Amino acid sequence: MKLDELRRTERAVVTGLDAQGAERRRLMDLGVMPGVEIVAEGTSPLGDPTAYLVRGSVIALRRCQARGIDVDDGAHR
Amino acid sequence: MTVDLPIPSAVSPLAETPAASCGSCTLHNAANLKRLGLHVDGCDAVVALAGNPNTGKSTVFNALTGLRQHVGNWPGTTVSRAEGGFSLGGSAYKVVDLPGTYSLLSNSRDEDVARDFLLFGDPDVTVVVVDATRLERNLNLVLQVLQVTGRVVVALNLMDEARRHGIEVDVRHLSRELGVPVVPMAARRGEGVPELLGRIADMTSGETRVRPRRQQALAPVVARAVDELAGQLSAEFPGLANARWVALRLLEGDAGTERAVRDGSLGDLARQQTARIAS
Amino acid sequence: MSSDTVLGTAERLRATLPKDFGDGVVSSIYQDADRITRHSVSTHGEQGRPALDQVLDRALTHRVWGFVVMGALFFGVFWFTITGAAVPSDLLYDLLVANGHAWVRDGFTAVGAPWWVTGLVVDGMYLGTAWVIAVMLPPMAIFFPLFTLLEDFGYLPRVAFNLDRLYARAGAHGKQALTMMMGFGCNAAGVTATRIIDSPRERLIAIITNNFSICNGRWPTLILMSTVFVGALAPPGVAGLVAAGTVVTVAVLGIVTTLVVSWFLSRTVLRGETSVYSLELPPYRPPQVMRTIYTSLIDRTLKVLVRAVVMAAPAGAVIWLLSNVTVGDSSLAAHAVSALDASGWLLGLNGIVLLAYVVAIPANEIIIPTILMLTLTLGPVVAPGASAGVMLDVPDATAGAVLIGAGGWTLLTAVNLMLFSMLHNPCSTTMLTIWRETRSVKWTATATFLPLGLACLVTASTAAVWRAFS
Repeated sequence: MKLDELRRTERAVVTGLDAQGAERRRLMDLGVMPGVEIVAEGTSPLGDPTAYLVRGSVIALRRCQARGIDVDDGAHR
Repeated sequence: MTVDLPIPSAVSPLAETPAASCGSCTLHNAANLKRLGLHVDGCDAVVALAGNPNTGKSTVFNALTGLRQHVGNWPGTTVSRAEGGFSLGGSAYKVVDLPGTYSLLSNSRDEDVARDFLLFGDPDVTVVVVDATRLERNLNLVLQVLQVTGRVVVALNLMDEARRHGIEVDVRHLSRELGVPVVPMAARRGEGVPELLGRIADMTSGETRVRPRRQQALAPVVARAVDELAGQLSAEFPGLANARWVALRLLEGDAGTERAVRDGSLGDLARQQTARIAS
Repeated sequence: MSSDTVLGTAERLRATLPKDFGDGVVSSIYQDADRITRHSVSTHGEQGRPALDQVLDRALTHRVWGFVVMGALFFGVFWFTITGAAVPSDLLYDLLVANGHAWVRDGFTAVGAPWWVTGLVVDGMYLGTAWVIAVMLPPMAIFFPLFTLLEDFGYLPRVAFNLDRLYARAGAHGKQALTMMMGFGCNAAGVTATRIIDSPRERLIAIITNNFSICNGRWPTLILMSTVFVGALAPPGVAGLVAAGTVVTVAVLGIVTTLVVSWFLSRTVLRGETSVYSLELPPYRPPQVMRTIYTSLIDRTLKVLVRAVVMAAPAGAVIWLLSNVTVGDSSLAAHAVSALDASGWLLGLNGIVLLAYVVAIPANEIIIPTILMLTLTLGPVVAPGASAGVMLDVPDATAGAVLIGAGGWTLLTAVNLMLFSMLHNPCSTTMLTIWRETRSVKWTATATFLPLGLACLVTASTAAVWRAFS
C-alpha cells in the first residue's frame, strides 16, 4: 500500500520510495527510507498535508509525496 | 542622500599589518576563510557550529558568545551564517553558526553553505549540536561531519528534555563509538557550557586525541571505487585529510567538489592540512 | 593536468557503479546511526511522543478548533498591538513631534542657526525621524515579542501545517502564511523571515508577495481613509464599525492578492525551478518569556527601527527641500505636483498623492502628514498653521475637511489611495532587504515593479469604471 492510505495512529514500515533526485534525497535525509517505521499522526484540517512520526520527529508530507512512498502495514503479511 | 556607514576595519592602522598579527597565530586556514567571507583578523582559532534544525544550536551559540541572536522553535530559522566570538585562556575564538541541516549530502542552499564551510574553511573545531531526545536522526549528521573533519566535539543538548522523557544516554559509550568528545548539555539553563568551552580549548591546543568514526558499510563495488579514487586524490593532493569523503562526492558527480578540484581550492586545502599537522 | 586525471578517474569509476549507489551511502550512515543509538540510549517509561504534544496537536490542528484558535491568536496579537501601542504612541507623539519639534527649533534659533539650516535639519530631518519613531516603535515593540513567543512555543509551524493546502494550490509553501503574518508588522521583517522556507522557488514567491501584507507603516493611511471617507457615509451609530470593516476588507484583499499573485508567479516566471517540500513540526517547548522579549526587542524591533530612522531622516530632508527650493516662481514641490497631476488623475488620485508617495518610499509612515502639508501649502494661500516643508497632523475630522475642501478629494480618491497603498512597491528598507536576501537585481526589481504595476493597473481601472458609472 501507499503511505497516503495510512489512517491516523496507524503504523507501517516503509518498503520503497518512488521519488527521484532531490526529492528522494530529502526524504532519505529526513530518515524516510526502506525499513523505517512510520506512524500517521494526523491530517491538516484542510485535508492536506499529513503529519508522520519518523525516527522521533514529526514531519508533514503532502499527499503527492506520500503517494510515492510504499509501506507495509503488516495486515497482508 | 548619504547614509552613515561604520568605518570599515581595514582603515584602522592595526589591520594594515595582518602579517605581523598572523605570524604566530594558529590559523593555517586564514586564506580560505577569507575567501569564504570570514574576518579572522586577531583571532586564534575558528569554531564552527553545526547541527540539525531545532536542536538549540543557536542557544549554544548564544551561550558561547554571549551574543543575543534570536532563534525560534522552528526549523531553518538561521539560514545565513552568524558569527560571534569569545576568549578563553588568553586565546580569541571565532564562532561561526552554520545553517541547521539534516545532512551534508544533498544540495540545498543551506547544506552547500554548511558543507563548504566545513570542508574548505577547515575550522579548528567543529561543534555538532545534537538533540538528545532524537539521537538517531541527529547522529546521521554527526557521522557525516566526522567524514569531513575529525576535530569534532559533540554537544549533546536538551539533556533536560531527555531526562523528562525518561531517555538516558550513555555519554561515555557514545563518545567511544564516535571517537570524539561528547558533552551533555542543557544550553537553555546554561548546563554544560563550561565543559563545552573546556573541550573546545583542549581540541584547539591539540590535547584531545580523536579517532573519528569513519567506517562505513559500502557495497563492495562502491568501496572499491572509493578506494581507487581516494588513492589517486591522496597522490595528487598529498596531506588531504578527508580524501575518501571527497572521493565519494566526486563519484556522486557533485559540481561544487569538481570545481574545487579544478580551481585549486582542494590543493590549497591539502597544503593547509599538511601545515596543521606539521606544527 | 592532475585535476583532469582525478576527474577522469571519477567519471570512469562512476560508470561502473549502479545508478542508485548514493541511496546505499545514505542508508548505510543511517543504519550506523541507528546501531549507535540503540547501544547508547536506554529509555524508561512509555515511548513515543509526549502525551501533551499529541493533545496539543490534536486541538491546534483540529478541523474546527484549529481555525478558532488560529483566528483568536492572531486577532489577539493584532488587537494587543493596536490597543497597547495607542498610549505610548500618543506619548511619543506629544514628546517628540508636538513638543520636541518646538524645543529643538527653539534651540536652533537660540544659537542663531540660519533659517535654512533650521528648516532642513529640524523641520525636515528631525521631524521625519520623530514621526516615524512615534508611529512605528510602540506597535513593533509589542508585535514582534508576541509573534516571537508563538514562534518559541512551536505554534507557528502548526499554522503552516493548517494552511498549507491554500498555498499549495497557489504553488507556494505553507510557511508563507507566517512570513505573510510577519509582513503585517513589517515587510522587511517578513522578507527576512522567508528564510524559514528552504525551497528557493517558494521562497522567492514569498518574498515577492510579502508586500501585499499591509505593514504597520501603511495602517494609518487605511484607517484615516476608512474613517473620514467611508465611515462618514454610514449613519453615525455604525460609522466606526463600517470604518473598521473597510480596513479589514482591504487587508483581506491584500491576502487574496498574495494568493493570486503567488499563483500567477508559480505558473509564469517561477515555474521552472521545482523544489522539494518539507515541513517539520517540532516538539512544543515552554517559551522563555523574558529572553524572548529581550531578544526580539534587540534583534527585530531595534533593527527595524534603526533602518527606518536611517531612511526617514533623508526623506524628511527631501520633503523640506522640495517645498522650500524655488525654481522660477514656485517651489520644486509645486512643479512636481503639476507635472504629476495628469497621471494622478488617471489613477483616480492627484499629483500631491503621487509626490507624497514618492517621497515616502523610504518610510510609508509619513505619507499622510506629507499629503496634508502639501495640500495646505500648495494652494494660492498657505493655510494658517501650515508651513512649507513641515509635515503636519490634524484631527481626523479636520483632515477630511482639508482634503475635500482644499484638495478636492472624493470618495474615489480615498478608495484608490487605499488600493494604491495596499498594492504599491515596498518601502526602500524592504527593497534593500530583498536585495540582501536574494542578491539579485532581477528579483529585487520584480518585487518592486510588479506590485507598482499592479497598483497602477488596479487604481486606473477602478477610476475608469467609477467615472463611467457616476
